[in-house]
Amino acid sequence: MIALDEDRIMLRDSAREYLTDKSPVSELRRLRDTRDKDGFNRDLWRGMKDMGWTGILIDEANGGSDFGHVGMALVCEEMGRTLAASPFLSTAVMAATALRRGGSEEQKKKWLPAISEAKAIIALAVDEGRKHNPEGTALKAEMSGNAFRLNGDKTFVVDGHVADQIIVAARTEGEPGKKEGISLFLIDAKSPGISIERVVGVDSRNNARIKFENVHAAGTDALGEVGKGYALLENTLNAGRAGISAEMLGVAGESFDRTLAYLKERKQFGKFIGEFQALQHRAAHLFGELELLRSLVLSACVALDKNPAAAGLSVSAAKFKAAEVVKLAVSEAVQMFGGMGMTDEVDIGLFMKRARATQEFLGDAGFHADRFALAQKF
Amino acid sequence: MSLETFRQETREWLAQNCPPAMRKPSRGEPDICWGGRNWKFESDDQKIWLERMAARGWTVPMWPKEYGGGGLSREEEKILREEMRAIGARSPLESFGIWMLGPALLQFGNEAQKKEHLPKIARGEIRWCQGYSEPGAGSDLASLQTKAEDKGDHFLVNGQKIWTSYADKADWIFCLVRTDPAAPKHNGISFVLFDMATPGVSTKPILLISGKSPFCETFFDNVKVPKENLVGNLNEGWTIAKYLLTHERASIGAGGSLAGLRSLPAAAIKAVGRDQNGRLADPFIRNDIIRAEIDGYALLATVERYKAEAKAGQGVGSKSAILKYAGTELNKRRYETFMTIAGSDGLEWESERSEDGTLAREWLRTKANSIEGGTSEVMLGIVAKQILKLPGA
Ligand SMILES: Cc1cc2nc3c(=O)[nH]c(=O)nc-3n(C[C@H](O)[C@H](O)[C@H](O)COP(=O)(O)OP(=O)(O)OC[C@H]3O[C@@H](n4cnc5c(N)ncnc54)[C@H](O)[C@@H]3O)c2cc1C
Ligand SMILES: Cc1cc2nc3c(=O)[nH]c(=O)nc-3n(C[C@H](O)[C@H](O)[C@H](O)COP(=O)(O)OP(=O)(O)OC[C@H]3O[C@@H](n4cnc5c(N)ncnc54)[C@H](O)[C@@H]3O)c2cc1C
Repeated sequence: MIALDEDRIMLRDSAREYLTDKSPVSELRRLRDTRDKDGFNRDLWRGMKDMGWTGILIDEANGGSDFGHVGMALVCEEMGRTLAASPFLSTAVMAATALRRGGSEEQKKKWLPAISEAKAIIALAVDEGRKHNPEGTALKAEMSGNAFRLNGDKTFVVDGHVADQIIVAARTEGEPGKKEGISLFLIDAKSPGISIERVVGVDSRNNARIKFENVHAAGTDALGEVGKGYALLENTLNAGRAGISAEMLGVAGESFDRTLAYLKERKQFGKFIGEFQALQHRAAHLFGELELLRSLVLSACVALDKNPAAAGLSVSAAKFKAAEVVKLAVSEAVQMFGGMGMTDEVDIGLFMKRARATQEFLGDAGFHADRFALAQKF
Repeated sequence: MSLETFRQETREWLAQNCPPAMRKPSRGEPDICWGGRNWKFESDDQKIWLERMAARGWTVPMWPKEYGGGGLSREEEKILREEMRAIGARSPLESFGIWMLGPALLQFGNEAQKKEHLPKIARGEIRWCQGYSEPGAGSDLASLQTKAEDKGDHFLVNGQKIWTSYADKADWIFCLVRTDPAAPKHNGISFVLFDMATPGVSTKPILLISGKSPFCETFFDNVKVPKENLVGNLNEGWTIAKYLLTHERASIGAGGSLAGLRSLPAAAIKAVGRDQNGRLADPFIRNDIIRAEIDGYALLATVERYKAEAKAGQGVGSKSAILKYAGTELNKRRYETFMTIAGSDGLEWESERSEDGTLAREWLRTKANSIEGGTSEVMLGIVAKQILKLPGA
């Protein structure tokens, strides 16, 4: 386990400063209230490029800053604190990971610099039902000659509505439920046969339901080896899961900090409500839980930096705990804000909504609990 | 020496010097070596193991060499622990001297006190007990009443302590006494050391719900304590008391991590088996275990993170309260699950099969974890006040 070194502390501090300035919670409100067509601010995305974040997991040869997963987590946490909307997780974390680890030389040359430059948004299309279940991939990719024909439906494709490219998990062999026979394809979002329905979520963030009807994919569009895409998919998802866990740490941490401030400001019965031990102990308990979560997120990212293929256990531990802690943090926040917590005017509700979406995204607590146990052979 | 060389040499040394009997899984309490004047070694191997480790200073690996320690860095100590774990080596020595008094003396003791007491702790020659709590001073420890009067060359100590763990087996006591009854309660306390064999000291064991008597009432009746046994300044004992408590809490809390002796998954698999997909056959127990294992994993990672942060100068005080709270509450949960796994077997109290109800007795003992060394409520209060700075906490 590590303490943050100076470079990382600088990264965290500059991320906090940048996001509080450029993308405070009021920015999410603006996107929501103006029904912004993208659901995020493209200037912010380009700004993230200038900060070096779009290339945070990309090697320097391809224009990245290669700061690693610990760095990624620090940025994600700050994004959680201000509820910043951007394609960071889909593109700079997951697509970058998939391409870097599984892309052909041509795919890498073409797309990694484009991600670093914030010139391409690439979404990952995995889920097909109400629950995250990569092994359950059923969308069919049938081989015809050198090419493939894709048919099926994807849901909860984060940033699918604005994506230039889509990485789609498809089944080239076998039955849904099997790890073998899954392949990844990188295809143009405007390919004939793709229809994209934008979905605006409870958290005012956007994803898409995508239909694939006889969509053509060339053999060279395959990302990694055909039929053996599961390991690559897992590595990709694990980077995303660590990122979202870090974001959840930020969501939970910020709601906690705001609650703490409220406990020191609101008076009832002639006292600050923070003087009541019934609330003090709950706040202290929650603080302890946040500390435990922080250690798990950090250890997952250290594990990913060391050896991504062996990081599954730590990642699942982090995502499980993140789901539990973020739920507790936002529930306690609304409760301790009393009637105010229920109002749209106070930001706390926005944190609660984001918390709910992050719990589902890339596997809920139950999914990761099962993963964790299976990895420990019980 | 590079860390790799250190690891290599440590591994070789352990392979040659750790007796095979000391690599068998510890049964917990019955296999712990506490040391002390009256210690009866469970076996020759236990004695040899202690002597060999003590000769290298590895009973207290990070203490300075001049006081009987190993002078290891944090990284080296971690390697030593890992290598010991790798061969299943038992801890050669446990004691209140190691966990609590030693760190306090290193910080606050004068040179003579360090030279006198630390090496004896390191070698397991003197066993210490902790005289903090009193019948009227539990959570509100600073209201303690045991008094020490200045009699020129010595203090005269009168009063009563309670819950003094192993007072009947200990050789010496580190004790909080009131030296200024007129001062505000935190400012009239001093920290003194004395021999339990001093005339006027007596102990009376207390029977616990586990059926054992690991602690006592301790009485002081005109006990003469030499002045040189005062640690730190007169009436400034509270600072030392609190410092020592942070060490006590950190070590009690760490007991709740995965470092524990019993493995929940292993116990459950043995008891209920797996289904055809390899999952533990009882989903209810499986859920409990997952939560406990992940929290154990989180706790270990947090202990490590705090150590790394402290070393990098980023440490924040009072964090031992978090570890104490989280670790002990976790340990209680773990033992509830052990009992659920064991079912009616776990209820046996007097059979050979159950080794006289070992599990049930351990389960009951864990209930004290969130009381001893400061209760969970007190820990939450410390976090609320010192970290969260909540008003009136
Ligand atoms: C949807 C909704 C509908 C409502 N409808 C009506 C209505 O029709 N008419 C009406 O008059 N009111 C209505 N209310 C108001 C409601 O009764 C109050 O919100 C409630 O009494 C709490 O008061 P508060 O919001 O000021 O919170 P506060 O009293 O400020 O409480 C904030 C937090 O402090 C805690 N707290 C306060 N005092 C103590 C204490 N002594 N010890 C421990 N903790 C304490 C609270 O439990 C809470 O968690 C409504 C509220 C809501 C959310
Ligand atoms: C197995 C065991 C071994 C021990 N070994 C030693 C030892 O070696 N040496 C030694 O000196 N002591 C020892 N102790 C004593 C231990 O430190 C005390 O029991 C502990 O500090 C609690 O004090 P108490 O028992 O008087 O409980 P009390 O302080 O009376 O507490 C009773 C209840 O009230 C709660 N409470 C108290 N104050 C507050 C508050 N401000 N806010 C909210 N809740 C509160 C407590 O949390 C607890 O739940 C040991 C105890 C046990 C169980």
